[in-house]
Amino acid sequence: MQDIIDQLAHAIREAASHKTCLRIRGGGTKDFYGGPLRGESLSTTAYRGVIDYEPTELVVIARAGTPLPELEAVLREKGQMLAFEPPHFGSSATLGGAIAAGLSGPRRAYAGAVRDFMLGVRMVDGKGSDLRFGGRVMKNVAGYDISRLMAGSLGTLGVILEASLKTLPLPAAEFTLRREQTQAEAIALMNEWAGKPLPLSATCHTGGFLYVRLSGAVAAVRAAREKLGGEEVTDGTTFWRELRDQRLDFFTLPEPLWRLSIKSTAAALDLPGEQIIEWGGALRWVRTIADAQTIREAAARCGGHAALFRGGDKTTGVFHPLPPVMMRLHQRLKQAFDPAGILNPGRMYEGL
Amino acid sequence: MSATSTAAPVDFIRQQAVARALRVFLPEPAVLFEHEDVKPYECDGLSAYRQVPMVVALPENEQQVQRILQTCYEMRVPVVARGAGTGLSGGALPLGNGVLMSLAKMMRILDIDRPSRTARVQPGVRNLAISEAAAPYGLYYAPDPSSQIACSIGGNVAENAGGMHCLKYGLTVHNIMKLRVFTIEGELVEIGGEGLDAAGYDLLALMTGSEGMLGVVTEITVRLLPAPEYAQCVLAAFDDVNKAGNAVERIIAAGIIPAGLEMMDKITTGAVEPFVNAGYPLDAEAILLCESDGNTQEVAEEIERMKAVMHASGATEVRVSHSEVERNRFWAGRKAAFPAAGRISPDYYCMDGTIPRKALARVLLAIAELSKEYGLRCMNVFHAGDGNLHPLILYDANIPGELEKTEEFGAKILKLSIEVGGTITGEHGVGVEKIDSMCVQFNPLELETFHAVKAAFDEHTLLNPGKAVPTLRRCVEFGHMHVRAGQEKFPDLPRF
Repeated sequence: MQDIIDQLAHAIREAASHKTCLRIRGGGTKDFYGGPLRGESLSTTAYRGVIDYEPTELVVIARAGTPLPELEAVLREKGQMLAFEPPHFGSSATLGGAIAAGLSGPRRAYAGAVRDFMLGVRMVDGKGSDLRFGGRVMKNVAGYDISRLMAGSLGTLGVILEASLKTLPLPAAEFTLRREQTQAEAIALMNEWAGKPLPLSATCHTGGFLYVRLSGAVAAVRAAREKLGGEEVTDGTTFWRELRDQRLDFFTLPEPLWRLSIKSTAAALDLPGEQIIEWGGALRWVRTIADAQTIREAAARCGGHAALFRGGDKTTGVFHPLPPVMMRLHQRLKQAFDPAGILNPGRMYEGL
Repeated sequence: MSATSTAAPVDFIRQQAVARALRVFLPEPAVLFEHEDVKPYECDGLSAYRQVPMVVALPENEQQVQRILQTCYEMRVPVVARGAGTGLSGGALPLGNGVLMSLAKMMRILDIDRPSRTARVQPGVRNLAISEAAAPYGLYYAPDPSSQIACSIGGNVAENAGGMHCLKYGLTVHNIMKLRVFTIEGELVEIGGEGLDAAGYDLLALMTGSEGMLGVVTEITVRLLPAPEYAQCVLAAFDDVNKAGNAVERIIAAGIIPAGLEMMDKITTGAVEPFVNAGYPLDAEAILLCESDGNTQEVAEEIERMKAVMHASGATEVRVSHSEVERNRFWAGRKAAFPAAGRISPDYYCMDGTIPRKALARVLLAIAELSKEYGLRCMNVFHAGDGNLHPLILYDANIPGELEKTEEFGAKILKLSIEVGGTITGEHGVGVEKIDSMCVQFNPLELETFHAVKAAFDEHTLLNPGKAVPTLRRCVEFGHMHVRAGQEKFPDLPRF
């Protein structure tokens, strides 16, 4: 396996010396996400496999090219899971891609995001150096937290080689309820419930229904089910997976798909088009033809940001524009990790 | 790093110039430089290291923080930010040629937003004060370092503080949403947001635990959690530390994530018992405290499972708390471990390595041997759930050479923590104290990356310089080779 690392590092050093761009790629299931794809493809899929998994330590260390379904199967066999429930968007999705994209699934609001479960990373930076940060333990404050910084950096700071992640036990019981509710009612309920000690693990409002998933000890789930009421959804597992991987009907609509990450209590968004509300109100998916500025202003008013997730016109940028001081810090960080500017340039912002 | 109490001559001309520049916009009592006024700031919770600052500035609002930073930046004066000064690694140790900026006066809770379960607070607010203010809404702030009655939330962010409940509820980094930060140039950046993520790089994670090296935090939005309906605690005694370690492993293997899981060894229970009368079995080699929280039925169910694991692991005694008074009494001893160390010894030195749990027996055995070798007693308290070990080495600073011996003992524990796959610091930070051990944990290229990150925020190295990340030169002088859990990295790389 060291030979693969040597090849990756060599390719990066070569590209840096010739100032040619590299486009880091795992399974390619998220090629649609982010800015334009530039440069020669640098594949991580050969560097795959679980390096170490100790269920009693709640830690798994795996190579970036490991397909997510494979990794999740290994954990499931020991009664554990990746609690951030990463979207797959296809069977070839890799661990490295999931971390670099920084996307988390329905459980995010209640269990945490990818970055919350990152314990350590091995990476090659834009100079071709093989570096390790963090480690395999839950608490670690030695040095800056580069591991979490890598989550969601879209491959612009380095190529992730390996990651160690905190795992959690699969819940003993899981149950999905739904009830007919308007958006406004759903937002109010999601926030009210989140303020109470309930075993929530996912919430979603779509098609006039509020879906709630309860996970945890049998007694806790049973008690919460009685408290919340509503009808049982028999194929709950399928529903949440289809939501996570964007296979619900909503996601097949023709309009551009926007992702707005905002304050959970923000009122239903006054934007044309269909919406899905997730994460206790903090995530809004909007299929809309509204212009980018209108959408971004709406997100900013609600304390958050908007990204053009799928489709639409990417020429004005995909992600929410950063204030100048913030952009400067981003550029300096990029410079620190990738001085030649060869790793996924423009995938996040132009100039990074 | 060897403890110091340096008395470098004060540059009076420089001191006057800086104080005068700060008094242009700060009231006179907010700028201190007379020796007796600045003396109280000479150390933080790690009192073995002392240094009187050149000037102390006491801002009351963001605008003053901004102007202090602008002034220091223009004059190229280093700045050390300080919260409550309870840190255990010397992270807030002042500089003799620098300004110590105490944020203690910025101690207002600005807003508690009940529907969105967040609180906006200033950096000087005490950790526990947040939970107290949120209690009427049935909410609390989860990270609870043992110093929570005194430590400030700004300091918690700087150190990524943990506590007794982090296995289940996370560290500071998992429980904050947004920061207002001033750069050394005095520019304001808002990091994070009111949603669950933000555009761009995860600077919220990068800032958390950065030990005041990247910016000065002036406002924190924290996430509040609903207070659990009910909590109960199991106290289990073991006649062998290994058995206690195995019990921890079996708890996790059973799919239980306890709200708290702590271990104390015999010398610790012996030290705390007369102090708190917790009723600990004093003949036990180790005791475990294992807490369950949730709704009543859930807790009852989980407590039964925990008890079964304890018995199956060979516990000599298992007790369950049956009231809040009793539960708090179980915990009282654990929370009093540090003060108790101070009671049975003139001085103590607290280590903070984190190790994979499976290495516990090996590490404890090695600590016992080192304890004999150095002739220094060592109490062991252990955040067993997350592998964070706090050996408290007991010594007497008045005995010549004993502090040096203690530091050597400590450094060996840290080296061992790295060798078994752990880290030199789980929650106390590197500060000045563990800076040499950073050379053991990271190789030169990794340290260079840290310096590059620092430079991205603070080009002239004015924010808390000399802390957390050693210069490569220092590592060379220190002379210790980087080690990594059972393998040599870059065997072909030149070492210097």
